[in-house]
Amino acid sequence: MYSKKVIKHFQNPSNMGKMKNPDAMAEVGNLQCGDIMKLYIKVKDNKIKDISFETMGCVAAISTSSMITEMAKGKTLDKAMKISYNDVAEELGKLPPIKMHCADLAVNALQKAIKNYGRTKTKTH
Amino acid sequence: MTQKQIYLDCAATTPTDLTVFKKMQPYFFEQYGNPSTIYSLGEKASQAVENARDQVADFLKCSPNEIYFTGSASESDNWIIYGVINKIWEQENKKPHIIISSIEHKAVIEPARYHEENNLAELTLLPINNDGIIELTELEKAIKNNTRLISIMYANSEIGTIQPIKEIGALIKKINSKRKEKIIFHTDAVQAVNYLDCNVQNLGVDALSLSGHKIYGPKGVGALYIKKGTPIVSLIRGGGQEKDMRSGTENVPGIVGLGEAIKKVRDCKTKFQSIKKLRNKLITGILKDIPNSQFNGSLKNRLPNNAHISFSKAEGESIVMELSQRNIFVSTGSACANNSLIPSHVLTALGLSYEQSHCSIRFTLGRHTTNNDINSVLKVLPGIIKRLRKISGH
Repeated sequence: MYSKKVIKHFQNPSNMGKMKNPDAMAEVGNLQCGDIMKLYIKVKDNKIKDISFETMGCVAAISTSSMITEMAKGKTLDKAMKISYNDVAEELGKLPPIKMHCADLAVNALQKAIKNYGRTKTKTH
Repeated sequence: MTQKQIYLDCAATTPTDLTVFKKMQPYFFEQYGNPSTIYSLGEKASQAVENARDQVADFLKCSPNEIYFTGSASESDNWIIYGVINKIWEQENKKPHIIISSIEHKAVIEPARYHEENNLAELTLLPINNDGIIELTELEKAIKNNTRLISIMYANSEIGTIQPIKEIGALIKKINSKRKEKIIFHTDAVQAVNYLDCNVQNLGVDALSLSGHKIYGPKGVGALYIKKGTPIVSLIRGGGQEKDMRSGTENVPGIVGLGEAIKKVRDCKTKFQSIKKLRNKLITGILKDIPNSQFNGSLKNRLPNNAHISFSKAEGESIVMELSQRNIFVSTGSACANNSLIPSHVLTALGLSYEQSHCSIRFTLGRHTTNNDINSVLKVLPGIIKRLRKISGH
């Protein structure tokens, strides 16, 4: 059902855990569908300097969380905003069709965190 | 070194017993005749089918004439609903009422819903209590003048809880004695055959479904017991096999396998206590070693091989995958493991929250489960739950 890369990220997720003093965070998902994803970011020079996640969810939810943190790290905010769920799925090799919503969840988490960052920034300036 | 495979999903399917397989084998090769033919090759096949019918009848304590072989227990379940409701329309041209429990297998729920949605029947789904059991008083209250079919599963496939079939049978018999239009009482006994009394006289049922592959027999074969005189139409029309009730050339090897498997169930009933002991060890071990784990459903009125446990903040599919990588095979009620993304209707009916349903694991032991198997699970599971909880930030 899952590609080797999905399993690899599930077994050894990158950038896992709560971040101390993040510049922004976002929480997406709900208990009804069973997946809850928290994403933390630190931003420097308009780039994602550090990123981490906490996810309660299925194999696909955990690996897409891990994958998107790898993909977003070091990217400018504009570029990170453009990562699509297809990009995440492709990067993971393949996701079963019924699990595409997990990639979507990861994308939503990242975009929401970036938007939250924008909001805090406008406030301080 | 390849690790030993630990199979704890016997409610999903069981391996075919080797002695059962050996009895089936000749019917693929030497004895391949069509039972409907009159030459000796066909006659031998026909005798094998009738021998299997005797074996099933002997187990259920009914007449062989009351046993019909089908392609699966799902077919048996569909047939009893379709067959009884259509017969009523055919003979009386009026809308009957069906009662089922809210934790039936989909093979009962879906055809019952189909009849309701197409205005062919009224339908009542009975709730279950916190133990996962239906209340007799609720059932009695639900019975209406036009109630004609009640289907209650003997033992639940997910949580293993056992329904009071004998008491329900007695209640329906009492009600039927006072009415002209009788209620047909059906039970899906797929999960019960291995462990519980399936004497249809004791149970007071008019119909009972069972399956081959849940009792160490082959897949693709099931049976429906239909008490003599029960009004029902056939599901599959054609060449007139199975006393003109279920056409299609008989699955001879499968039927032989079902007969042998059910015969063997009786000899294995002694394993009941040892399986229960191992199951209880598993439950006690998990609840002791893993904080925030919760046992679901009644422990008392339950199949001896079933344990159903929720682990807070660790999702079911992830647990299944982690165990699978250690060659341990279990199942989950999590929606993420199926197409719908909606948690299992059984767990919802039991009153579990979304989280408890998503974070649940079903262990179903079997004849081959050993003490070492249970020790292995107890050894690796705490670490797995701990890791997943760490990922989820708990």
